[in-house]
Amino acid sequence: MADATTTSAPSPRSSSSLRSWLARRPLAKQQLLLLLGLAVIVGIFDVLNPGFLAADNISSILQDSTETILLAFAETLVIITGGIDISVGATLGLSGIIGSLVVVGLGQGGMMLGAFPSLVLGTLAALAVGVGVGLANGLMVTKARVTPFIATLAMLGVATGLTFVLTNGVDVSGLAPAVATWGNTVFLGILTFPILVTIILGVIVGLFLHGARFGRWTFAIGSNARAARGAGIPVQRHLIKIYVLAGLLSAVAGVLVVMRLGTGSPLEGANDELNAIASVVIGGASLFGGTGTIIGSLLGALIIGVIVNGLIVAGIQPYWQTVIIGMIIAVAVMMQERGRARD
Amino acid sequence: MTDPLPLANRTPAGEPLLSLRHVGRTFGSVVALSNVTFDIRAGEVLGLVGDNGAGKSTIIKIISGMFPQTSGEVILEGKPRHWTSPQQALSAGIETVYQDVGLAATLSITANIFLGREVVRPGLLGRMGFLDNGAMSKVAQADTAKTGIRLPHLDTTVGNLSGGQRQAITIARSMSWARKLLILDEPTNHLGVPEVEELLRLIRHVRDEGVAVILISHTLAHVMAITDRIVVMRLGEVVAEHVTRESTTAAVVNDIVGATEAEIARSLN
Repeated sequence: MADATTTSAPSPRSSSSLRSWLARRPLAKQQLLLLLGLAVIVGIFDVLNPGFLAADNISSILQDSTETILLAFAETLVIITGGIDISVGATLGLSGIIGSLVVVGLGQGGMMLGAFPSLVLGTLAALAVGVGVGLANGLMVTKARVTPFIATLAMLGVATGLTFVLTNGVDVSGLAPAVATWGNTVFLGILTFPILVTIILGVIVGLFLHGARFGRWTFAIGSNARAARGAGIPVQRHLIKIYVLAGLLSAVAGVLVVMRLGTGSPLEGANDELNAIASVVIGGASLFGGTGTIIGSLLGALIIGVIVNGLIVAGIQPYWQTVIIGMIIAVAVMMQERGRARD
Repeated sequence: MTDPLPLANRTPAGEPLLSLRHVGRTFGSVVALSNVTFDIRAGEVLGLVGDNGAGKSTIIKIISGMFPQTSGEVILEGKPRHWTSPQQALSAGIETVYQDVGLAATLSITANIFLGREVVRPGLLGRMGFLDNGAMSKVAQADTAKTGIRLPHLDTTVGNLSGGQRQAITIARSMSWARKLLILDEPTNHLGVPEVEELLRLIRHVRDEGVAVILISHTLAHVMAITDRIVVMRLGEVVAEHVTRESTTAAVVNDIVGATEAEIARSLN
C-alpha cells in the first residue's frame, strides 16, 4: 500500500467493503436470494418439463403473471405504509367490468375510427373506477380512521357485489376481436402489450418509490407515522395518494385482463389479493410497514407465476397450486423472522 | 443551512419571541391545561418543569403544532397563531425533540435527519421529487460531526442503533434546523454522562446564535445548570416562575410538589 504511513489513522472504508456494503443493505442480499430461489424453481420445472424455458412458454408465464405483478405493486405501496389493501382483486374485477360495459354500450362500429373512441372511453372509465375505489379507501383509512384491513374488506364486499349487480353474474361479451388481438399479440419474441405496460409501470413506480420524496415519505409513514407527522410530512394526504395509486394500478390490471381474455368476466380478480399479498411478503416486505421493494415484489409474483405455470405444464392437479403457494409464504416469512432475529 | 439569521432579522432581546396567553386545552371532558401564560425571548433558555401529568407535554405539543389549543392565544413574534399541523410550526422556525415519538426505524440516519425536508436534485428530476442523496449525506455528516457523538456510517438503518445514538440524531436534527425556537422534551433520556455534558454545551451554542430554547426535564440539576428562567407547572396550570440565578433547587421542588389537598380535590371535579 502506498499510503502505509497513514494507516494508523482509523479508516472506516478499508477492506471487506463488499461485506459491509451488503450488511448495510440487507435488501440487496434478500433480492439476490429471491433471484436464486426463482432460478432454482425454474431449473426444477425445466428438468421436469423440457421446453419449459422456450420463448413462448416464458412469454405465456409473463403474460399470465401481469395481473399478479400489477396487484403486487399496488399492494407493495400500501403494505410499506403499514396498511393492507384486501380490495385490489375486487377493484380489478369491477373496473374491468365497467370498462367492458362502457365499450359495449357505446358501440364499436364508429365510422372512420372504428372501435377506437369507445375503447379509449372504456379504458378511462375503468381507470376512473380504480381512482374512485382508492379514494374511498384512503378517506376511510385517514378521515374516518377505519383500520385498513376493515376499510378495504368493506370495499371488497361493495366492489364484488357491484360487479355481480351490473352483470347478473354473466360475462360481458361483444367486445371487438381487436381487443384480444391487442392483448395477446407477441412481439420481440416474448413481449405483449400487457407485459410492456407492466414493465413500464414497474419502472415508474420503482423509481418514485425508491428514488423520490414520494417513496421516502411512504416508507417514513410505515416506519413511524407519528415521527413522520412530527417532521412535517402531510401523512393523511400522502396515505390517500397511496390508496388512490393502489386502486389505479388495480384498474390497469383490470383493463389488461379484459384485453387478455377478450371479454369482461365478473369472476376475474376474485381471490387475487391473496397472490398479491403473498408476492409482497415473499418479496421481503414486512406487514408491520416501513420495508419492501418493487423488485422484491416482482420476484415474488414471478415465483408464484412460475409455480402456477409449471404445475399446469407438468399436468399436476391444479388444486395443489394454493397448497404450494401457501407453504412458500410460510417458509418466506419464517426466513425473514430468522433474519430479523439475527439483527 | 446552519447559518445564523442576520442580526437585523432577530427579535430584539426583551421583546418576547413567543407568548402564551391563558392557553387551555381540553380532550373531551378532560381538562389537560388551563390558563397557561408565559413568555420566552430569543436567546433565552426556559426550563419547563413539573410532575408527571402537569401538562408540560401538552403545552409543547400545542407550540409545535401537533394539535391546537382550545382556548387562549399562542403569539409568535406578535402574531396570534393557531396551528393545526406540525408543518406550520416547523415553517415558522420551531423545532421539537419529542420525548415519545422517536425516529423512522427502517430509514437511514441521513433520511431521518432530512425527514420532511428532503433535498431534491436540480432541474426537472427535482421537480418530480427525485432525491439528491449525495448532498444530503454531506450535510448530515457535518451536522452529526458537530454534536461530537460517535455514530456508525450514515447509511445505517436507525433501527440498528442504540437508544443514545437515536437520541443524538434526533437532537442533531432539531438543532441544525432550529431557526427561532428549539423545544427539547426530556432530551437527556437514553444519554450517558459525557453525552449529557455535550448536549448542555450544544444548548448554550444554539442559544448564543439567538435561538430560544424550551427545556423540559426531570433532572433538576440540568435545568438549574443551563436555564435562565424556570416555569413550574402543576395539574395543568403554571404555578410559579423562577429566575434561575436567583433561585434554588429546593425552592423549585417546593413548587413542583406543593399541591394542597384542596387543589387536588378541585382538579378531580
